[in-house]
Amino acid sequence: MAEPFRVFTSKVVPLPAENVDTDQIVPARYLKVTTKEGLADALFRDWRFEEDGSLKEPPFILDQPGMAGRRILLVGDNFGAGSSREHAPWALSAWGVRVILSTSYADIFKSNSLKNGVLPIVVDPATHARLFDLLATDPDAELTVDLAEQGVLLPDGSTIDFDIDPFAKQMILAGTDELGYLLSKEPEIDAWEASHPPRIDSLAGAR
Amino acid sequence: MSTAAPRTIVEKIWTDHVVTQDPGAPAVLAIDLHLIHEVTSPQAFSALRARGIGVRRPHQTVATADHSIPTTDRSLPFIDAMALAQVNQLEANCAEFGIPMHGIGDPSQGIVHVIGPQMGLTQPGMTIVCGDSHTSTHGAFGALAFGIGTSEVEMVLATQTLLQRDPKTYEVRVDGRLTPGVSAKDIILALIARIGIGGGTGHVFEYTGDAIRGLTMEQRMTVCNMSIEGGARAGLIAPDDTTFEYVHGRPYAPAGAAWDRAVEAWRRLPTDDGATYDKSITIDADALEPMVTYGTNPGMGIPITSRVPSPADQADPGQRRALEHALAYMDLQPGQEILGQKVDVVFVGSCTNGRISDLRLAASVLKDRHVADGVRLMVVPGSDEVKREAEREGLSDIFKAAGADWREAGCSMCIAMNGDQLRPGQYAVSTSNRNFEGRQGKGGRTFLASPLTAAASAIAGVVADPRRLPGIETLAAVGGR
Repeated sequence: MAEPFRVFTSKVVPLPAENVDTDQIVPARYLKVTTKEGLADALFRDWRFEEDGSLKEPPFILDQPGMAGRRILLVGDNFGAGSSREHAPWALSAWGVRVILSTSYADIFKSNSLKNGVLPIVVDPATHARLFDLLATDPDAELTVDLAEQGVLLPDGSTIDFDIDPFAKQMILAGTDELGYLLSKEPEIDAWEASHPPRIDSLAGAR
Repeated sequence: MSTAAPRTIVEKIWTDHVVTQDPGAPAVLAIDLHLIHEVTSPQAFSALRARGIGVRRPHQTVATADHSIPTTDRSLPFIDAMALAQVNQLEANCAEFGIPMHGIGDPSQGIVHVIGPQMGLTQPGMTIVCGDSHTSTHGAFGALAFGIGTSEVEMVLATQTLLQRDPKTYEVRVDGRLTPGVSAKDIILALIARIGIGGGTGHVFEYTGDAIRGLTMEQRMTVCNMSIEGGARAGLIAPDDTTFEYVHGRPYAPAGAAWDRAVEAWRRLPTDDGATYDKSITIDADALEPMVTYGTNPGMGIPITSRVPSPADQADPGQRRALEHALAYMDLQPGQEILGQKVDVVFVGSCTNGRISDLRLAASVLKDRHVADGVRLMVVPGSDEVKREAEREGLSDIFKAAGADWREAGCSMCIAMNGDQLRPGQYAVSTSNRNFEGRQGKGGRTFLASPLTAAASAIAGVVADPRRLPGIETLAAVGGR
């Protein structure tokens, strides 16, 4: 379960690539783990490291000076495409990312991120361009993210408002997960199952 | 409802499965079938144990091992200790929670999206989920089937439900008829090339039209399988007689009077006349050519006789950068022909094209021919049953005589977790679903294509047009149950 989401201020890691797929975020060979831990070094593995484990030269954006500790990632359109691996938000979270800014996200990645306290914020294309421009002129610009108010405060004092599913917002703010909510619906689930016999019985064996 | 507004099949299945919904909250959606595998389930079981809760409906859950298992001789031990530990973990979890497991050595083992339909577990009107994005495959039966993350796997194990917002609908109408040498894979690659890999985000595709109706069930599975590559979490096809004929008699299909009742219900599933979709697109099947990808996502595809696009022609700076990056990774030149491009490896298999009819198509091309010098052809059946059937029909003999490597069932080089992989710089024509950087091995370069194109390319040693093969008119008729 994630920590409750509080207002925070952070510098930003810019990654302008579009259609970044989850195979890039965590390559498949790192999916043999049976826990969620230790994935920070798997994050963008093949964009960051040579075969022998040394950093690429020049280093990938995450490994450039001053990037460690930044909690906001600004990325290109359709981030998180492809595989459903939840290892992608686990790895982002392990590296320290708490907020992503983009014009859109792949559905499963977005859903997985929200369940791990990683907030995928959608901004319109003009705002998206404005953020990249801001970082081009001031790479150390700081943004303040306020989920309760659904706003991102820029250094010039202006605010970017964003939408979020009200249910997901409530879950992330409280740091609770959806399973607790579902478990509270057991009486309704019991009633539904009583009137809907299972379509298959995988334990009964083949007919 | 007395007014009975026309509804899409997606709306019908959705409504049938909503358990309850609080104001402002997502719906609690009942899940009919939960498929699990070794890679995306261990953390879900650990979380259940930590909370001290069990699996609510083990009898609506089925497990197999497919992603990280070797496709070499099954009598030999795993070389990869981590992969072995993960498979052992799945077996232990299934034993502890009473979930049926079709592991290595079980005659029903295979890729999760191949064995569900094969066993008759996949049926029209169901909700089906799995911690795997290619769960959309099962939509071919008129089921609402989609991939989920591990947190959601945990929720389904615990409650047999998920929290979901109702999806938007996207009609993909494919009119006309495919021409010889063009197949289901080319339909879906053409769709994704048109709308891009984010084109279907937030939507469920419903494939309609004469060309879709004319497909066999296995071809429909190929189309639905890659819905996720177009950004749609699910894609489905309304069930018809082709569907019922395929399901009938399979081990978990209803039988006797229950079968008749089921078919009666399934006939009410198709989208009503007058129902509307949030989005739609039309594709003309007659105009389709075999498709091949040239870049590093499945949307970077072209008709096989076309030339690789040029970054200079891209108006959008982001797309220009993406294309430059992709061509650099692929080491291809703008404007070059894709036909004739050198190939090192050909991979026939995966949940997209690893079924018996796919192998029949590949074998029909390879019969009495031989793989080109320097090319490695891997044929990996989608399931143990597909393997046995291919051996019964003599397809495996054709593959072996052609110089191919005939392997055991699994995901293999589609995801390259098990040691089946490209070396850096190698080019592969692959019947799988993803050409992302490093997907088939770090530094490997993938051209996605149909089984016909893959087999033709294996013989030629370069990307080749299957329509130029002698007798293609008769080959294209090879379909089958």
